[in-house]
Amino acid sequence: MTVSTTETLAIRSGDDVVRVRQRVRALAVDIGLGLVDQTKIITAASELARNTLDYGGGGEVRAEIVLAGTRRGLRLTFEDRGPGIADIEQAMTDHYTSGRGLGLGLGGAKRLSNEFHIESTPGVGTRVMIARWK
Amino acid sequence: MRVDGAEVLERTLTEDEAAILEAWNISLREGTSLQSGRIREAELQTQAKIVFGQLQGALASGGIDADAEHYAALRETLADISRSRAIQGFSPTDTANFIFALKEPIFEALRRKSAVDATKLAAGVWAAGKVLDRLGLHTMEVFLASREDVIGRQGQEIAELSTPVVRLWDGILALPLIGTLDSARTGVVMENLLQAIVDEEAEIAIIDITGVPTVDTLVAQHLLKTVAAARLMGADCIVSGIRPQIAQTMVHLGVELNVVSKATLADAFALALKRTGRKVVRQQATATEERR
Amino acid sequence: MDRIPILKLGGVLIVTIQVDMHDRLALALEEDLTTMIARTGARGVLIEISALEIVDSFIGRMLVSIAAVSRVLDAETVLAGMRPAVAITLVELGLELTGIRTALNVERGMALLKARFAEDGDGFGSDRDGLDD
Repeated sequence: MTVSTTETLAIRSGDDVVRVRQRVRALAVDIGLGLVDQTKIITAASELARNTLDYGGGGEVRAEIVLAGTRRGLRLTFEDRGPGIADIEQAMTDHYTSGRGLGLGLGGAKRLSNEFHIESTPGVGTRVMIARWK
Repeated sequence: MRVDGAEVLERTLTEDEAAILEAWNISLREGTSLQSGRIREAELQTQAKIVFGQLQGALASGGIDADAEHYAALRETLADISRSRAIQGFSPTDTANFIFALKEPIFEALRRKSAVDATKLAAGVWAAGKVLDRLGLHTMEVFLASREDVIGRQGQEIAELSTPVVRLWDGILALPLIGTLDSARTGVVMENLLQAIVDEEAEIAIIDITGVPTVDTLVAQHLLKTVAAARLMGADCIVSGIRPQIAQTMVHLGVELNVVSKATLADAFALALKRTGRKVVRQQATATEERR
Repeated sequence: MDRIPILKLGGVLIVTIQVDMHDRLALALEEDLTTMIARTGARGVLIEISALEIVDSFIGRMLVSIAAVSRVLDAETVLAGMRPAVAITLVELGLELTGIRTALNVERGMALLKARFAEDGDGFGSDRDGLDD
């Protein structure tokens, strides 16, 4: 698997969430994702960007176009240095929320992606990776 | 002195060409390829002659490395043959045997030529084995790749063909589903249906599952997702065609399908008409009776 | 600050969302609609989202909340024109828009609200201008 382009965006405010959505859309169009797949990855990115902002106290997202054989994909890695998640399994459960959201962010983002990976250390931060393949 | 196997092989192929070709043709004739009736003997012989000629040419250019540049023409010929075999529906064995059937005639010829010289015989057999095995594998690789192509294309065609959305009336659509619903197909089905709802400004969509063999939890989930998505867009769905056995299995498995459902497409259509403020009445009922 | 305009047609408040909603805009809309319903006594809220390319759980929550507040103020909310890709994504996300009725387009949405008012025996918009057909 090779990475063809990489860019990093900061997530510090609500406007940044909108900016992340717009960049993800542009990249999804670039790799030729269909309309439904575009909508899914943008929505997943929106959920995770908001998590990064609301629960992680801000952070950044790395967007990469990856190639595996002849397949192209979009990989997004969200990282924050917030309080972290003590019980990831619980956090993944639908309608579980520690904040003001609907509690669909993590589980929803997983269902909207082809690949999902999360790692978190309490007191250190959280990193969530999602990918959608063409 | 070291004996060059390629040279022994090349000389044998040239000197004994007629005998080897004939034995190869006999072997091919006895093989199952011809008996299946998918190919004519003349065609098989022509292919054998071309391949034999190219093999001679490649050996003369030097070396027994079948992956080398001077084998390119031979590899291409074999690839063409393999591809046509795959499309004509030959079995993998038949396809590979085309080249493997050449082994015995060549070994036989080598034995005749080098009967007195065991070193020569061994070198020739080793060279022939190496070249033919590699070429045989090459035909299999191409054969499999072509089959995969065919399967992939068919899969795509099935997905597209099997999800027609038909307009029953102004604002009423029907989606007759045939075959098993997996997540990939559900995606296509959902997209087609929702787009048709937008295009036709449909209020009601009837999903007919008469052609769906089983409804397990997963299929039910896929159906519910489709219904929920249509709902979000402002269209109602009616599921029809749940056969009695399927209904029973569903209840036994504890599969819940919380949607409006009707036994037949006709019932669902009648309900859809009613909901959109229409009614079907028989025209001049008495006249029809009289004609009988 | 940007605000999304709210139109009043008969007893219905109509909102068309045509921009990528950022959070402040979403919160402002919720507030403005609530104020408008209370002030005008509107019986219906029609939100048109055919230009909206995504609905995430934040916007979803805003819509559910608008519907809930409206109901308390005796107004019904109809969401019109959701795109197929958005609908599929919302279902996959697991978001249920409870308490919100949906319609294919503005016309259907209006018809839906009208039918409800007729049930209630309300002369829909009869004492107001605009919606006589």
